[in-house]
Amino acid sequence: MTARIVHIASNTFREAVRDRVLYNLIVFALLMSGASILVGQISIGIERLVVINLGLTAVSLFGMVIAIFIGIGLVSKEIEKRTLYTVLSRPVRRWEFIVGKFFGLAGTLAVNTFVMAIGVFVSLLYVSHHFQKQDGWVLVALYFIVLQFLIVTALTLFFSSFSSPLLSAVFAFSLFVIGSFAEDLRGFAGITHGLTRWLATGAAYLVPNFSALNVISSVAHAQPVSGQLILYNSAYALIYATMAISGAVLVFERRNLK
Amino acid sequence: MKASRRVTVVFSLLLVGCVAASALLLRRLDRMRTGATLEEVLYISSPKALKKMSLGYDGLLAEIYWTRAVQYFGSKHHEGSHHFDLLAPLLEITTTLDPHLLVAYEYGANFLAPKPPSGGGMPERAIELEEYGIRNNPDEWRLYYNEGFIHYMDLKDYAGAADAFARGSRVPNAHPYLKVLAGSMAQHAGDLHMARLLWNTTYQTTQDKSVRANAAAHLRALQVDEDVTNLEALTGRYQQQTGRFPSSFSELQAAGLLRGTPVDPLGHTYKLMPDGRVEVRAPDDLPFIQKGTPPGYVAPVAPKFLPAD
Repeated sequence: MTARIVHIASNTFREAVRDRVLYNLIVFALLMSGASILVGQISIGIERLVVINLGLTAVSLFGMVIAIFIGIGLVSKEIEKRTLYTVLSRPVRRWEFIVGKFFGLAGTLAVNTFVMAIGVFVSLLYVSHHFQKQDGWVLVALYFIVLQFLIVTALTLFFSSFSSPLLSAVFAFSLFVIGSFAEDLRGFAGITHGLTRWLATGAAYLVPNFSALNVISSVAHAQPVSGQLILYNSAYALIYATMAISGAVLVFERRNLK
Repeated sequence: MKASRRVTVVFSLLLVGCVAASALLLRRLDRMRTGATLEEVLYISSPKALKKMSLGYDGLLAEIYWTRAVQYFGSKHHEGSHHFDLLAPLLEITTTLDPHLLVAYEYGANFLAPKPPSGGGMPERAIELEEYGIRNNPDEWRLYYNEGFIHYMDLKDYAGAADAFARGSRVPNAHPYLKVLAGSMAQHAGDLHMARLLWNTTYQTTQDKSVRANAAAHLRALQVDEDVTNLEALTGRYQQQTGRFPSSFSELQAAGLLRGTPVDPLGHTYKLMPDGRVEVRAPDDLPFIQKGTPPGYVAPVAPKFLPAD
């Protein structure tokens, strides 16, 4: 079972590399080097802030775009090319296929983020000339970004298990935007009454919570991130991703592939 | 059990378990990050920068910030806090993002102006907010009225109040009360009549239930303050005539100083104390009263309004 999942995951990774997904790293490298050189010349005192804010935002957005646009094709492309039938005619179960695809894309994003993280730290070194102790919090922000990718990848896979690629992209992107305001949403739900309160609270708890996973602004200001937040966020991201993958498996198990 | 059924059962259980676990974790996260969204204001405190960053969706962002301002004020007010540091920046951001969001001026100024814990204790910032609102919405008579109200009630600046009411009365379709207020200001500045006229105008003109309830409570409080002042003047006069304070209101009636037993706006009789003071029977039911409370009385943080209001 594990070997089959690993096999599907490694194939998904290889396919992403063949699709030139990692070319985004070149754009990222140009963006970071350009920003590092330019900001130092046109501004005073915010070089470090800009490099962290811009770098982490770029890591997050590039990764989101990859997660959504590769994720939406993970199932539909296999059906379109009819390679899915070849895979499923072997002793591979449908749930193993979904779980393998998830790990493959998650691995691609983790490698991509790792390389980008090096870029962020090189730029940081260029503008500050030395690392500071609080730069370590940038690693936590990067870890939270990877957790966001896990959730988005799982959600995209869930949508692509029953919907067209275009609609899956729209759904996943919408949930990313809504999830970024999740804490506000729960706040709004808290001040409503009656049936609206129940419905709003239900919706607010069902959408992914990206607000707590975004600590870019605070780490840019060298503010520490509590160990408890790291623990809760890790648990939340894993649970939410498992939830979305379970949904994807349940839908895909019943899908008529004829 | 068939393999496919087993998969369905296992993943269904996983799904349900994860939904419950994620909701529980979110509750913990929310408890840990109370006010986290508001702290973001400290990072991007420039309303102009935020307007540019909103990429044209400034209306929506303004509504989000307005809701944050309401939540911030509500939570601080509920705690009985005396510090409302983020209130003014939140309102400034809201109104810069959408200068036509009238509700933010109307309620925002009322959040800012009163003394803590009823408000932020920043009447000058409230006036600035109203002035910004007037510059962007010069035909909204309610903004002039609110500004005059704050000048009168919170700053005791009667000339400023008269000027705001007069400017407002010249706006097309202004409420006729504004002319009356501007005219009465010179004659009655600083007295109970003027305060009653202002709260009465608020009561008559607002569409909002909570504002109406607040105005009704203030009108009752003004009535109590006036009653207690008059009754204590009578007990003082009785003491001058007889050398002692009356033991009941019937003694005042017998002396020809009072007709009938006086009752507060809720219909309860006033209490006459041995030292000649007059107290209300249920001070918690009469928020905002300045007189008629027992010595050392501390009013509840949240004012109590009547369902009938």
